[in-house]
Amino acid sequence: MKILVCISHVPDTTSKINFTDSDTKFDTNGVQFVINPNDEFGLTRAMWFKEKQGATVHVVNVGGAETEPTLRKALAIGADEAIRINTPATDGFSVAKQLANVAKEGGYDLVIGGRESIDYNGGMVPGMVAKLIGANFVNTCIGLEVEGDKATAIREIDGGKETLKTSLPLVIGGQKGLVEESDLRIPNMRGIMQARTKPLNVKEPVDANAETNTVSFQKPAPKGAVKLVDSVDELVNLLHNEAKVI
Amino acid sequence: MKPDLFEAPDYYNLDELLSDEHKLVRQAARDWVKRDVSPIIEEYAQKAEFPEQIISGLAEIGAFGPYIPEEYGGAGLDQISYGLIMQEIERGDSGVRSTASVQSSLVMYPIYKYGTEEQRKKYLPKLASGEWMGCFGLTEPDHGSNPGGMTTNFKDKGDHYLLNGAKMWISNAPFAQVAIVWAKNEEGRIHGLIVERGMEGFSTPETHNKWSLRASATGELIFDNVKVPKENLLPNKSGLGAPLGCLDSARYGIAWGAIGAAMDCYDTALRYSKERMQFGKPIGQFQLQQKKLAEMITEITKAQLLAWRLGVLRNDGKATSAQISMAKRNNVDMAINIAREARQILGGMGITGEYSIMRHSMNLESVITYEGTHDIHLLITGLDITGLNAFQ
Ligand SMILES: Cc1cc2nc3c(=O)[nH]c(=O)nc-3n(C[C@H](O)[C@H](O)[C@H](O)COP(=O)(O)OP(=O)(O)OC[C@H]3O[C@@H](n4cnc5c(N)ncnc54)[C@H](O)[C@@H]3O)c2cc1C
Repeated sequence: MKILVCISHVPDTTSKINFTDSDTKFDTNGVQFVINPNDEFGLTRAMWFKEKQGATVHVVNVGGAETEPTLRKALAIGADEAIRINTPATDGFSVAKQLANVAKEGGYDLVIGGRESIDYNGGMVPGMVAKLIGANFVNTCIGLEVEGDKATAIREIDGGKETLKTSLPLVIGGQKGLVEESDLRIPNMRGIMQARTKPLNVKEPVDANAETNTVSFQKPAPKGAVKLVDSVDELVNLLHNEAKVI
Repeated sequence: MKPDLFEAPDYYNLDELLSDEHKLVRQAARDWVKRDVSPIIEEYAQKAEFPEQIISGLAEIGAFGPYIPEEYGGAGLDQISYGLIMQEIERGDSGVRSTASVQSSLVMYPIYKYGTEEQRKKYLPKLASGEWMGCFGLTEPDHGSNPGGMTTNFKDKGDHYLLNGAKMWISNAPFAQVAIVWAKNEEGRIHGLIVERGMEGFSTPETHNKWSLRASATGELIFDNVKVPKENLLPNKSGLGAPLGCLDSARYGIAWGAIGAAMDCYDTALRYSKERMQFGKPIGQFQLQQKKLAEMITEITKAQLLAWRLGVLRNDGKATSAQISMAKRNNVDMAINIAREARQILGGMGITGEYSIMRHSMNLESVITYEGTHDIHLLITGLDITGLNAFQ
């Protein structure tokens, strides 16, 4: 089984978010980047496929050279090969086109993406990739088993779970549940050393125009001071007349 | 204990001096400490118990012999990576770092540097995987700062050596399978011997009631007519320079490790000073507290530069023992002072096990004593710059 894991390079959740260039660019100064958490669950699940079922695992990222440490980390965790498509990740559709091209060329049986990346939270890429390469698609995937070319996937749905039977080639939008937080791996020193010699191939992008462009970013208004109220009547009054929510 | 919210200070953008690989190594060690050390360490230190489960964790992340070549089970990383690993582990606890330092620099290093190929093959992979733990016996009850005066000795009995004597203050002794023991031969020359648990006449009583490094096990090594096979002698170096060569490697790691302890204390105190309100203000707004914090980050930054430069020199094989002494002495002293000031910023909370500072403070009392005391390192610098020996 050949697996492609799509890895987004995203700011750590504790990062302080700021914008520059009149609020049109994200300020990466002092920001620490990590593997997108949803992708990390997928990568860990892929490592189990590798260890238990002999799968080959490649990782791919669409982005500039600054994202390479994230790919190296994936290699140190155990991926066999990494691919970086040398173009900034702008909108979901253009990223999906780049990934679909790699997925097609590489003949992967399983493409694991994350349900969404925690930077822009678009949540569109895996579905678009599936459509572009003509593969089956399971989103919000919290469990996956593969036997031969048959797959059983569990999907999180409102208030429950849905178990699906499908077949390869398959694209999933994965999340926590594929593996648990305690299963996530910290690369060890030998892995980091071995990652040095594993291939990290840089590919030029296929022609893909961004369909959307960022005009500006705006941070949510800072939280106001807390107002303490003495009675329920006063609370109802304020919610009705001041906040106008009831 | 409070959740581990550690954020590492980098006031001079020293990360720009590190490679991506160094940063990955550091992050891996940091993540491991947050996940596996911080949540449990206070309890073990309070109980004065060594957390044995930490052995497999240290082995798994590759903290045993990170710079030993891969063919012997190490990771083949450079000296800066080794330093960063020690920094991160000591950020968690100096006792856990001691366990890793001893295994890497005082047990694996001499076997790798001074041992035969058979000895390397026999011991190094098992030590790297944590299947065997090692200890290093140099200090004796009557010979601490002056190890050259040691009385532990061995005699050539034809098909084996007969070892007699005692070592004291030995980290990892109570559970180690392997001891690197420094002893004099009949001519009075110091040699290293690999002594294994189970050899008749060899015992390792534990030292109790320490107020420092409580989560690290310390003990004695007692040799009562122990028959040591001849193939257990480390043949490739002898004289006091042999154990001192190992100490160079360990002291270098301590120079980094101490920064970890200091960063943890600083980070905790900085956060606390912004949250704790007195007289209607965060205490961090008072000049006296700012002075403490500002001096701490200044000292940490200087120590980081010293350690980094020493790492570059060691990577090039150019660091002298005296240069290592300076960094060990400066950085441990820096850390112990920061721990003391940081503890005061936390007021009464600073003395509880809710925060790591008091534990670091107590641990550093050992760190400033072992691997050459604060005084001895000063005298090494003194000797180096004057050419005049204060030890004689
Ligand atoms: C927790 C712990 C773990 C340890 N682990 C190990 C280990 O794994 N292996 C090992 O071999 N050892 C170990 N040690 C021993 C450690 O290295 C010694 O304690 C240290 O070298 C000091 O020796 P000492 O305790 O005998 O003190 P002493 O040498 O008696 O020193 C006492 C005081 O006199 C000062 N002094 C001594 N000589 C001079 C001089 N010439 N001029 C000025 N001042 C001087 C010292 O600086 C010190 O302040 C450990 C110690 C501790 C506390």
